[in-house]
Amino acid sequence: MTAPASTGGADARPAPGPRRRAAALLHRRPRLRLSLLLSAPLAWLVVVYLGALAAIFLTAFWTTDVFTGEVVRQFTLANFRTLLDEPVYRTVALRSLGVAVAVTLIDTAIGFPMALYMAKVARPRYRPYLLIAILAPLWAAYLVKAYAWRVMLQQGGLLDQVLEPFGLSSPGYGLTATVLVLAYLWLPYMILPVYTGLERLPDSLLDASGDLGARPLRTFRTVMLPLVFPSLVAGSIFTFSLSLGDYITVKIVGGRRQLLGNVVYDNIGAANNLPFAAAVATIPVVVMLGYLAAARRTGALREL
Amino acid sequence: MTFSPAARIALRVLMALGLAVIYVPLLVVLVNSVNADKTFGWPPPGFTGRWWAQALDNEGARQAVLTSVKAGLGATATALVLGTMAAFAVSRHRFFGRETVSLVVVLPIALPGIVTGIALSNAFQVVLKPLGIGLGLFTVIVGHATFCVVTIYNNVLARLRRTGTRLEEASADLGADTFQTFWYVTFPALRSALLAGGLLAFALSFDEIIVTTFTAGPGATTLPIWIFNNLFRPNQAPVVNVLAAALIVLSVIPIYLAQRLSSGARSPV
Repeated sequence: MTAPASTGGADARPAPGPRRRAAALLHRRPRLRLSLLLSAPLAWLVVVYLGALAAIFLTAFWTTDVFTGEVVRQFTLANFRTLLDEPVYRTVALRSLGVAVAVTLIDTAIGFPMALYMAKVARPRYRPYLLIAILAPLWAAYLVKAYAWRVMLQQGGLLDQVLEPFGLSSPGYGLTATVLVLAYLWLPYMILPVYTGLERLPDSLLDASGDLGARPLRTFRTVMLPLVFPSLVAGSIFTFSLSLGDYITVKIVGGRRQLLGNVVYDNIGAANNLPFAAAVATIPVVVMLGYLAAARRTGALREL
Repeated sequence: MTFSPAARIALRVLMALGLAVIYVPLLVVLVNSVNADKTFGWPPPGFTGRWWAQALDNEGARQAVLTSVKAGLGATATALVLGTMAAFAVSRHRFFGRETVSLVVVLPIALPGIVTGIALSNAFQVVLKPLGIGLGLFTVIVGHATFCVVTIYNNVLARLRRTGTRLEEASADLGADTFQTFWYVTFPALRSALLAGGLLAFALSFDEIIVTTFTAGPGATTLPIWIFNNLFRPNQAPVVNVLAAALIVLSVIPIYLAQRLSSGARSPV
């Protein structure tokens, strides 16, 4: 520490070192401090990241020369016209949306009762442990979980064996498997915000509803559901967005049913058509921005 | 709310079923890693430690683990610096566009990974290639750091808001300069938040495959990429399964640490 030890006047202090002077300068000028603090993060996130995003969406309006494979830097809407005109892309886009919606509905149906049990039925003592049990699988790798399902779904695998007595069999690799595995992967993202929302909901409100003569189902519909709805929407942002851009799960268990992510991936790799890939990639971004804007009106963004 | 006994039982059963669905696939991977049958016949005809020995011997897998650790450490270190700086700016200053900073920080993780992936890959090709820097470990670290910033930012911001500025003002009143105050007062109060955020950032980076696919050249094979490349080779199935099992076992460590940190955070700093 270089704090002055003498009790003399300011003149008796030793001349401050460069570090001390820099500190004094920063202390006197909060704007300088602020610009230094913001410089690196903004340079990284705005210049590198937002710059890269802007560049890729600009690329969506270019085309690739069929013969040379070079990108032709000329403004055109050709890529977007192809997206709209070719029925195959419409099918894939609708299928991706359908998968995202299905995953969100499944996760709501499974996640809500679980969150309700954790927040309102389980003894408070056990709640933290249940929470850990739900969150723990998030630390296990994404790939590992998708892989686990690949093994279970295979012919003669665990699912076949379990379902056989009921006269059913594993759905095999395909769209059903994709929805199933995505719902499995994103389930904790739905449970967590809903649990938080339900836990915050005072029991007295629900009791009051009951005291005023409402049946449990009515209390659920008219008191509980409206109050936790923003939390549900917050959870759905994750399940929806994460499903919309996925292509790895499709490759692992999806068979030949492609989603938007696969179209993007294939156009970058095999087809070497970056402009078209960029155009396809705008679909999930636009859908997500619309979804976020709608979610904002319910107050869900504050629940994230 | 008073649930009827029937509703209680129904919810309890649903909870148990849900937990079973969550954990059965992970258990299957663990059991299969010692399954004597190479094609994971079920139920296992016997148990063996052969696959674990084979996986430990696998040079490609070992290299991939090493690459992943390097990428994770690099991305976490970068994100620690950037995230802390942004959190300080937002919590201790008022300025135009303050609300936007949070949005920009969250964006890399809110947008589908494939969008971030192709955007960065394209930018690297255009900007770095002429400089003689190809896709490799460096570009992977840049990509991972971009979406890891948010975890540090959120943790540090929450901590800074909770601790307030009183202690720092006291330190300044007692004659400490800006740097001393940071080192002796602010940083110790942030330590557990930095650790928690860093842990999450490392886990995110270690697990990431989509952005990595687009930003890693042929030279930088991270563990998820290696697993994915070998996933469809029946010969490698037992080794892949052992790696998956090892990752499940290892995930206990961050769970334990995160739990310790969050319970410690509730006590006054």
